[in-house]
Amino acid sequence: MLYDALIAPFAEFEFMRRALVGVFALALGGAPVGVFLMLRRMSLTGDAMAHAILPGAALGFLVAGLDLFAMTLGGIVAGVTVAVGAGFIARATQLKEDASLAAFYLVSLALGVTIVSLKGSNVDLLHILFGTVLALDNATLYLLSGIATVTLLVLAVSWRPLVLECVDPLFLRSVSRAGAPVHFAFLTLMVINLVGGFHALGTLLAVGLMMLPAATARFWATDITRMIAIAIGAAILSGIVGLLVSYHAGVPAGPAIILTAGVVYAVSVVLGPVGGLRRRLVPGRHLEA
Amino acid sequence: MTAALAFRDLTLGYDRHPAVHHLNGAVEEGALLAVVGPNGAGKTTLLKGIVGALRPLAGKIELGRVRVRDIGYLPQAAEIDRSFPISVYDLVAMGLWRSAGLTGGIGRADRVRLDQAISAVGLAGFESRAIGTLSVGQMQRALFARLLLQDAQVILLDEPFAALDAKTVSDLLDLVRRWHGERRTVLAVLHDIELVRARFPETLLLAREPVAWGQTLEVLTPENLLSARRMCEVFHDDAAVCEDAA
Repeated sequence: MLYDALIAPFAEFEFMRRALVGVFALALGGAPVGVFLMLRRMSLTGDAMAHAILPGAALGFLVAGLDLFAMTLGGIVAGVTVAVGAGFIARATQLKEDASLAAFYLVSLALGVTIVSLKGSNVDLLHILFGTVLALDNATLYLLSGIATVTLLVLAVSWRPLVLECVDPLFLRSVSRAGAPVHFAFLTLMVINLVGGFHALGTLLAVGLMMLPAATARFWATDITRMIAIAIGAAILSGIVGLLVSYHAGVPAGPAIILTAGVVYAVSVVLGPVGGLRRRLVPGRHLEA
Repeated sequence: MTAALAFRDLTLGYDRHPAVHHLNGAVEEGALLAVVGPNGAGKTTLLKGIVGALRPLAGKIELGRVRVRDIGYLPQAAEIDRSFPISVYDLVAMGLWRSAGLTGGIGRADRVRLDQAISAVGLAGFESRAIGTLSVGQMQRALFARLLLQDAQVILLDEPFAALDAKTVSDLLDLVRRWHGERRTVLAVLHDIELVRARFPETLLLAREPVAWGQTLEVLTPENLLSARRMCEVFHDDAAVCEDAA
């Protein structure tokens, strides 16, 4: 019974196992990046950037059809361009970075949808907007695992300046020149993880497996290391449960995964020991010291 | 005596408007210098210029035997994100940056020094607390512990005693006196004139232009303080280009 519900779908169907591997890779790379985005108050930047990669991926699609390499390259180029462009406009003009990003991503989204419609059908459009987590081929799995590996390595090497830049940027600047290159490396990590997420979950939901687990972790830990571990765990859990729900209930897998992550988040908001609603609703008696 | 820091016709500012204007002078090694002046006088700007966070508009800052990386810098409390999930221990450990760097290890000897620094500021027992749970005074103690670990020859303090109680100020002043005794150069931006008179032998009175610089008692005269206060804070959008350059 339990076997049928939890194990059998993965044991019997290869596409489910592939989806599982893909989700694991996304969780390992995306969740830590999401935690840093959240701590840098850039949660919505991730969302905007996810839309910004669409026209690049769409151009790749226009040139080469549903081709992994072309769409990945296009997505990364578009993402980096928008990240750098929005940052430049924010610094060179009086527009704040959030407004400049909003302008970029709205135009990008419209442009991307238009480009896809030029050549493809509505099915192609849905494919790009919502991803194909149940149809991951070998090449895509290699890409996702590669992105996760690179992400973890870069985070490991740039951990200290990355943390320091969030806590005390002036101190970092006084002891090291690593601030600017590390910030740029981090933006690149964000873009490649969004592009990876885009293959599995589509441009609209790619950011979901990044930010929802990160926001979840905030309610369970007061220490960034534990926070990242919890975020990865929450993302993996959401992936497994979401795939099972999608299998048993016959709903699309990508939205099911993100919805599961949303449920985990909602539970954490209520029950989380660190600043969750529980403490507010049931404060408990105060301590002696 | 050699100079730890020298300012040569230094002008620092934002968007071409000077915040520190034509500053000349030298800070001797081992000096204990207070930098005072009204809000907007350029005190913080001067420290940012020294650590290289701000490029001079004109003139230059010469460092004696130290490099920028060897300067211990305590920014104003407001510049630090207190909500970031990091423990007191990890915050203080950042002071080991010079020896540990990007990926270097933190060994047993380092951990002993870490514990000593945390005890020296009276925060023993707080190691695993998140910095968001500290009081303003405890946070400042933690940052002083980080400075202790940095073991810097030149130490810059930006309003280190703002909003602290008497006990904390006195404990932290003991550390400053210890640094002075160890012949380290200390520059502190301060607002409490009485404290400066009592504890700091040398003072720079800044009001965008340097008003006076020398022995504290000679600098902090009523006339000098008055003329510093008269200095207007606003930038004029239509200010003419300064022709006073050397």
